[in-house]
Parts: sequence; structure tokens; C-alpha cells
Amino acid sequence: MDLNYSPDELTFRDEVRGWLKSNLPADLRAKMEGYQELSKDDLLRWHRTLAKKGWVAPDWPKEWGGTDWNLVQRYIWEEECGFAATPPLIPFGLRMCAPVLLQFGTDAQKKKYLPRIFQGEDFWCQGYSEPGSGSDLASLKTRAVRQDDHYVVTGQKIWTTMAQHADWIFCLVRTDGTGKRQDGISFLLIDMKSPGISVRPIVLMDGSKEVNEVFFDEVKVPAENLVHEEGKGWTVAKYLLGYERMGTGRIGASKRELAKLKELAGEQLKDGRPLMEDARFRDRLTRVEVELMALEITNLRFLDQMRRSGRPPGADVSMLKIKGTEIQQAITELMMQAAGPLAQAFRPVDAMDFDHFTARLAPRYCNLRKATIYAGSNEIQRNIIAKATLGL
Amino acid sequence: MNFDLSEEQQLLADSLKRYLTNEYSIDARAKIVDSPSGWSETVWAAFAEMGLLGVPFAEEHGGFGGTAVDVMLVMEALGEGLVVEPYWVNVGLGGRLIARAGSEAQQKRILPALIQGKHRLAFAHTERSARYDLAHVGTRAKRAGGGFTLNGEKRAVLHGGSADTLIVSGRTAGKDTDAAGIGLFLVDRGAKGVTLKEYRTIDELRAADVWLADVTVPADALLGEEGRALPLIEDAADYATALLCAEAVGAIRYANEATLEYLKTRRQFGVPIGSFQALQHRMVDMVISYEQARSMACLACVKVDSAPPAERTHAVSAAKIKVADACRHVSQEAVQLHGGMGMTEELKISHTFRRLTMIAQLFGDAEHHLERFAASDRGGA
Repeated sequence: MDLNYSPDELTFRDEVRGWLKSNLPADLRAKMEGYQELSKDDLLRWHRTLAKKGWVAPDWPKEWGGTDWNLVQRYIWEEECGFAATPPLIPFGLRMCAPVLLQFGTDAQKKKYLPRIFQGEDFWCQGYSEPGSGSDLASLKTRAVRQDDHYVVTGQKIWTTMAQHADWIFCLVRTDGTGKRQDGISFLLIDMKSPGISVRPIVLMDGSKEVNEVFFDEVKVPAENLVHEEGKGWTVAKYLLGYERMGTGRIGASKRELAKLKELAGEQLKDGRPLMEDARFRDRLTRVEVELMALEITNLRFLDQMRRSGRPPGADVSMLKIKGTEIQQAITELMMQAAGPLAQAFRPVDAMDFDHFTARLAPRYCNLRKATIYAGSNEIQRNIIAKATLGL
Repeated sequence: MNFDLSEEQQLLADSLKRYLTNEYSIDARAKIVDSPSGWSETVWAAFAEMGLLGVPFAEEHGGFGGTAVDVMLVMEALGEGLVVEPYWVNVGLGGRLIARAGSEAQQKRILPALIQGKHRLAFAHTERSARYDLAHVGTRAKRAGGGFTLNGEKRAVLHGGSADTLIVSGRTAGKDTDAAGIGLFLVDRGAKGVTLKEYRTIDELRAADVWLADVTVPADALLGEEGRALPLIEDAADYATALLCAEAVGAIRYANEATLEYLKTRRQFGVPIGSFQALQHRMVDMVISYEQARSMACLACVKVDSAPPAERTHAVSAAKIKVADACRHVSQEAVQLHGGMGMTEELKISHTFRRLTMIAQLFGDAEHHLERFAASDRGGA
């Protein structure tokens, strides 16, 4: 047993770390570190930088532009990106639509969509949740009726992240209302410019506009946009679940934020002493730090198991999602508390002098409540572990 | 980075597990606990036979020259089996001190006999109000007639009654809590002036309070250098704590397996209680605690062998924080999910509860290690 990276792994880490250092634009890094909102342009700029380098889709097969990195190298890459404060790569195309097409798509579909996803020419979003279908996704009602060479889609999706920027949406739709409800679901790719689609933003409590409602009013979708067979959408969705939970540990980013938290708690005073020296505050921080140390090793242990068994991620990944998001939330809470009364500030009314960093901490705390809700709420993750790992 | 176990490691762990499955049932264990000595010479001889007692010690003394990770696997199995024999005290604590600080003659005299199961050690260090402060030594050691005279009281000396030799900490200089001035002395348990009062611990081990009244030992009873024992004690305490974390991981694994089994078999309202989501989610959280604790036990065991003291301290304290929290979490939930049965002497789960409860605070509870972690952080570890 050796918990240290091997010399080869260290060389790889140093290579990606060095590259990130010289290629991550300073303005993007500053925005990330300061918890500022990123524009579509910011996101695409970083996407295209990685595409040019050939590192935008490490886990894809090499023929489609993957890097052929092994599991540990991919993990190192993810964590180095988080630690360096790169903008996130929006996962809907790269890590959700693409794996589905690679597994279930026709050659024509792969050729049409994959290169454009890789280059960042198409911006994708995910049409899963509906007003009446959250955790109980299989109850979804958006209908797709086959007419000749196309489907007519009518219904509504909700919580659609980045739909306002998207060129395409992949959707779970109901093609059959009879029989077992999972069997009547299909997976469709829909052009967001199609007539009949409208997008309405949902403003979240931190003022952010990242999620939307998407309405479909008799939207015509070519039948060739069906992925896998009609009625097999649930199979596709389940395949994707494992991918969605991968990379939710966000250990590198949490490490960076923890360091920032210590810095902040070192500047804030309590009774004339740095807040970091206050035992009550520090103990709470340390417990989070220890959970993060443990999660990093747990993550590596799971990767090691995957390497040995050669199997794709199983229910164990749910554990990483649960712990990773709990840690992220705990950090945002401690950050906000460290700022004390300064955390009240939100937005300047005019061009006054304004501490933008401390003003982002409470909004960030508010925003990150989403982490234990999205991508399968943490309660759903516990259901998955109970069923799949424990056999309950 | 790899989590591979060597063939030898796997074989050793497997043979120990097989032995415990066959010979160390909860009934067999109860008989041992109720016996006059509270431990089994037969089991001890079997451990010696399997080579368990020599895992970390040098080959020249009859050991395997193994790492802490090797011992970790043994400790996990012992934790799972809830073994009461004094393995941890002998191999993790006493043996570590001798191997690290002993002169060639001391090592030759003690280690081969220890490895063969013929000589046992105990560490007589903790005092009445010392809590977890390793530097708190009020026992005095005065130079006299070419040797030393010891006077003082030691508390909760684990397995003191089964030891042939007590490793006693005594102060040759300074105030009770000074870092400098502490020495370690090898004292025969039967030496004149040594009085032991033995008792059972809540987790069914044996311990003793020890009185030392004008106990004289020769000069060659001094282990290591006079007045400079604290770093040795700290090293041994960290080493033993890392191994204790591994024992806890084994016991937690048992608690989780037993609880999961109970959820699947116990029926109420016409269904297995494991079908209730309120219980499923608690079970899942127990499993997550286990995985996180195991990760930290691995980290601690890797670091006690290879890291410089500051880094070692940092890792061991981090591990003990997580493991202590996991001990409390899992033991409490395991009893709760077992309902009334979890309270009973009859089920192994209640014994596991007691052991995990004590492990959580042996060599420092979570609060102690939170403090120490922060101090090592400031030290730039």
C-alpha cells in the first residue's frame, strides 16, 4: 500500500499543474476565486482553450479526442483544475450527452454531434426534471408523439441549468403512456431554436439565473434525433446516472476553498485574536478538513477498486456525492460565518467602494444549498446505496 | 498510489480471520473474559505460532520486519473478532518502545521472547490527573547506588497484570509536566515495592493501577537516554494510536455487518425493518462513516512508518478525530438499530459498543486531537 503518487503520477501532476498555471487566464481565475458569476463567453473561452490543447474530454475514446489517461491521471487532472480555480466545464455536452451517444448513438449521430461538443460549438442542456417529476423521474409527462418522420413534443421541463445559453437540449420524453411507466420513456435530442420552445429563467435566492423552465408547444423533432430505441430512454438515463455522480467530490476545489477560509479566519478578529485561534470555530473547521482528507483517500480507494475490477462506477460513487457536497456546503457556511456582520452585504447600489469578496459569501452559501439537491438528491443517493450496495 | 496488499499480507490476515472464526466465538470469548487471568494462553500461543507477535520486529530477533500497514491488517481482524488478548499493548506499545529505544542487550533479552509468546510487556505511564498529556509524569526516578529508585502511582495500566515487564515512565528531573526529564525503566512486575491492583475494564480487558514504593532497578533497566524519553513516548503513542484506529475499523466493520443482517432479518409490521427508509438512510451513513474511518486509518498507518514527527502527528490526530467520531456514531447507531437486543450482554454488538466507546478516547478523544491537530497545523506540518 502506498498513498503517495508514483514518480510517473507526480510527473503528470506537475505537467498539468504547470500548464494550468500558464494557460488559465487571470481574469477567469479571479472570477472563480471571488465566487463571481461567469458569462457564457467565459465558459466557452475556457472550453475552447482546453479543446485546442486536446484536454477537454479526457474520458472520451481516443478516436474522438480523448486523452487515453488512466483513472488516476483523470482524477489528478480534475483535482488540479479545481485547485487552480479553472472555470467548470459544463458537463451536459461533454460528460452527459457524449457518453450516451458513444454508448447508444448511431454513427451518424456520433459524427454529427461529438466533434461540435468537443470544440464547444454547441452548448447543451439537460431536460430531465419536470414540475411533477423530481426525484421520481419516471413519472415524467412531457409527451412525444410520432408523426411520419418526426416527433411532436409537448410539455414542460424545469430546473434546466443553462438553458438560456443552450443550442441543444437532450430530453427524456414519454412516447408511450400505457404499460410500465419506465418502458414508455425515450431519449430525444432537440434543437433549442425549434419553433415552439420557450425558456423562462427561475431566479434563485442568491439572485443567480442559472436554472430555467423550458416549455415545449408542439415542437417538431426529426425522428433521427431519437437516441437508442423508442421506449429505451430509461436505460439511457440509468447509464448516465453513474457519470453524473462522478466528479461531484470536487476535492481539489474544496482544498483551495479551505485554504481561503483559513486565510479569512486569520484576518477576522475575535476578542483581539484571529478567529482561527478560537477553539470553537477552529474545531468545526478542522472536522471539515479531516472529512476532506478522508474523502480524498476514499476517492482514491474507489478508483483503485475500479481499476482492479475494470467495472464502471457503481453505487459507491453515491458516497462521494453525499460526502463531497456536504463538505462543500460546510465550507460555504463557515466562510459566511467567518465574515460575520460583513456577510450581510450583497450588491452595491451605485459605484461605491465595496468589498466584493465578503459580499459573495452569503450568496454562495445560499446557492450551494443546491448541491445536496441536484444530480439526485442526497436522500436519493442514500436510497441507491441502500438498494444497490446493501441489498436493503 | 496503490492500495495493493502483498500475498504475505493477505495470507496473514486470512489465516488470522480463519483462526478467529473457528476458535474465537462470542461464547469462547466470554469464557476467556470470565477466567481468572482474563486472557487465554492458548490463544496467545496460537498468535505466536502464526507469527503475529513478530510482524513489525526485525528479522534478527525472529520477527518479519513488517510495516505498520502489515500490523494494520492484523489489528483490523482483531477488532472484528473483538479479541481481548494483549496484542496491541505488546506489539504496538511495549514492543515498539523496546524496538525503538532498547539497547542491543535489552532487545536481545526481550524481543525474541516476546515474539515467541513467552514474555509480555505493559506500559505503565498514565497517572491520576494526566489525562492525555504524555509529558505529565509525577513518578520520580532517583539515581541511587548505580541504578534508580522509583516512587509513584500509575493508573489504568492496560494488561499490567499479564505483563512480565512493566515499562515505567519516571521523572529524573523537572516539574510534573515538563517535557524534559522523563525516563523509561524496565521493571519486573514482581519486583519488591511494586503493587498491582487489577480490574476489569468496561470493554472486558484487564488493567491495573500500579504503586511503586522505593522500587530499585539497575542502571541497565533504563530504556533509552535518561531524561529524554518524551519523543520516544510520543512516537510509540502515535504508532499505537494508528493501530488502534485500525482495530476500530475492524470493529466498526463487524458492527455494520451485524446491523445490516439484523435489518434484513428482523420483521415488524409484517416486513423486514430494513425496508423502512428511516433505517436505510441511517445504515448508509454508518457505512459512509466506516469508509471514511478506514481511509484515515490507512493514512495514519502509512505515516507512522515513514513521516517525520510533525507530519506523523498531524496524520495520526486527523485519523483519531475521524475514527473517534466514527466509533461513537456507529456504535450508538448499531445499538439503536438492534433495538432492545442491542442492549443485551448476549449479543456481540453490545460488547463491540463498549470496545468502540473506549477506543474513541484511548490516547486522546476527538477533542484532544482537534487541539493537537491545530497545534501541528500552526507548526507548519
